[in-house]
Amino acid sequence: MSVGPVLSLRDVSVSVPGRGARGARALAVDRVSVDIAAGEVLGIVGESGAGKSLLASAVTGLLPPRAGLSGGEVWIAGARVDHLPEARLRRLRGRVVGTVFQDPLGALNPLMTIGAQLAETIAVHLPLSRSAARQRAAEALAEVGIPAPADRLGCYPHELSGGMRQRVGIALALCAAPALLIADEPTTALDVSVQAQILALLKRLCRDRGMAVMLITHDMGVIAETADRIAVLYAGRLVETGPVRDVLDTPCHPYTDGLVAAVPRIDGRPGRLAQIPGAMPPPGARPAGCAFHPRCALARDRCRKDPAPEVAAAGGRAACWFPCRSLPARTDP
Amino acid sequence: MMGRAADGAIGRGQSLARTPRALLSLGVLAGLVLAAIGAPLLAPHDPFDPATLDLMNGFTAPMTHNPYTGDLFWLGADDQGRDVFSAILFGLRISLFVGMSAVALAAMLGVSLGLLAGYLGGWVDGLTMRAADVQLTFPAILVAMLIFGVAKGITPVAYRDEMAIWVLILAIGLSDWVPFARVVRGAAMVEASRDYVLAARLSGRSGPAIMLRHILPNVLSPVLVIATIGLAQAIVTEATLSFLGIGAPPTQPSLGTLIRTGQSYLFSGEWWILAFPAATLLALALAVNLLGDWLRDRLNPVLQ
Repeated sequence: MSVGPVLSLRDVSVSVPGRGARGARALAVDRVSVDIAAGEVLGIVGESGAGKSLLASAVTGLLPPRAGLSGGEVWIAGARVDHLPEARLRRLRGRVVGTVFQDPLGALNPLMTIGAQLAETIAVHLPLSRSAARQRAAEALAEVGIPAPADRLGCYPHELSGGMRQRVGIALALCAAPALLIADEPTTALDVSVQAQILALLKRLCRDRGMAVMLITHDMGVIAETADRIAVLYAGRLVETGPVRDVLDTPCHPYTDGLVAAVPRIDGRPGRLAQIPGAMPPPGARPAGCAFHPRCALARDRCRKDPAPEVAAAGGRAACWFPCRSLPARTDP
Repeated sequence: MMGRAADGAIGRGQSLARTPRALLSLGVLAGLVLAAIGAPLLAPHDPFDPATLDLMNGFTAPMTHNPYTGDLFWLGADDQGRDVFSAILFGLRISLFVGMSAVALAAMLGVSLGLLAGYLGGWVDGLTMRAADVQLTFPAILVAMLIFGVAKGITPVAYRDEMAIWVLILAIGLSDWVPFARVVRGAAMVEASRDYVLAARLSGRSGPAIMLRHILPNVLSPVLVIATIGLAQAIVTEATLSFLGIGAPPTQPSLGTLIRTGQSYLFSGEWWILAFPAATLLALALAVNLLGDWLRDRLNPVLQ
């Protein structure tokens, strides 16, 4: 195993078909570079359509049928994987990269017991007998904090609570001890108290196993609680990245600033929630210059003409012409 | 709390005991199937053994003693003096065997093609579904007649009667795969987009394993409904082909063959030769259809 990052994305771009039958292809993910080290949780935030999930699919090589990797390199555990044939990729999946889904009920086969699903996944990767695979399955359930795991193996997914299902989902993703875990909004379908338990579990597994975790969410609270570093995506571009404390305390990109300000505070005065005016442009309809300029209070002529440069900021990097300026005082409309 | 798929599989619809119609159909069907299985034990005569037939018994009416031989036939005797009741028992055997085998063949073919089309998509999907469309433009009976004719043409004359039953199964089976393929394709496309299939792919499982272990079990409940309704259809198709004289040969008469023999005597007063086989066919097809309707309602969560 190499000492470098577990996952390294170099200028990764994903293209999707443009609008209309003969529309030109547009970049939904545009030259994104991030690294995740072993034992580290990288939180990826952004609005719906910012390209978070496509970025995750690009890592596993399972992009939706009409989307395609149009540039860049994906390195996992020191090996380049973006041009591997399907058969080689399949051997990597599960063993090197595990995935946790948003909706735990949808991610489990409704007609198979969880024991059978775990044993099957284990059998794909390890040459074990049936009883040994079942034993491993029970251990996997115990590790994700399911009480009386041996008795639970015979349960069907609909017999479990939402939190339990997500624990099973995590156990499934971890059965072959992957080096990288991708969690795509793992807590969105759960209630808040269960959310905290699942996030704590993910964090513990990350530390104990020295696993790299890519946590995708649009919930700043989840990021603040769980992630070590944060990467903010806007309109397919990485706009800011850095250690989570630094970025949340002193956001350098006006978009990050807006996101942080939009989180309601428990000690704040009650009133209208802060919001970023406007909506994110879809791929193919992105403005020239910095893609955020139509919604940015700091935008100048330069932002409308030239793409924003990447600058060092608050322990990380930000892509902005005027980083780390405080926004003008918000006025309620 | 119950999952959507679980609702379909273990629905809380009307149970069998609370629907007398379905219960009655099941009873009738079970009776007919048992009678068919036990035909050699139950039948008072062997309709396939010409040595036991007495031409003097020809046209004996039901429940009357033949004036010459003194023999009694419950459901009468046909022109050859063959016991109609025994002929029905053995005919039922052939009708049920051909119907079930044909549906099994159609289901196997249709489910496999539908699964491949739905999961793989692309040109596999296009080719399969266009073939299905083309086949649907011909009536099933026409397709069956075509296959039957071709198969009969290439079978050596000596084996024709022996092979007739298998050819019949092949012809009906091949003419009836389309509904299976269409329904399974649609259901497979829905299932293939579910997260658990993506999860299986992400954990490194191969395409065939995902299709057989994950998608197939989740698309089987509509297949059960189509197979039941298809069984009634296959039995009627077989009867139609046999009635037209191109199905089961007179040496191995199915219900359709019996009806064909009987219809020549309908207007000369010997009604029983036609009426009893026809009533049996009606009871069989009706029972299977009603059971299929009940299954469809039961397995459809929307109708509950």
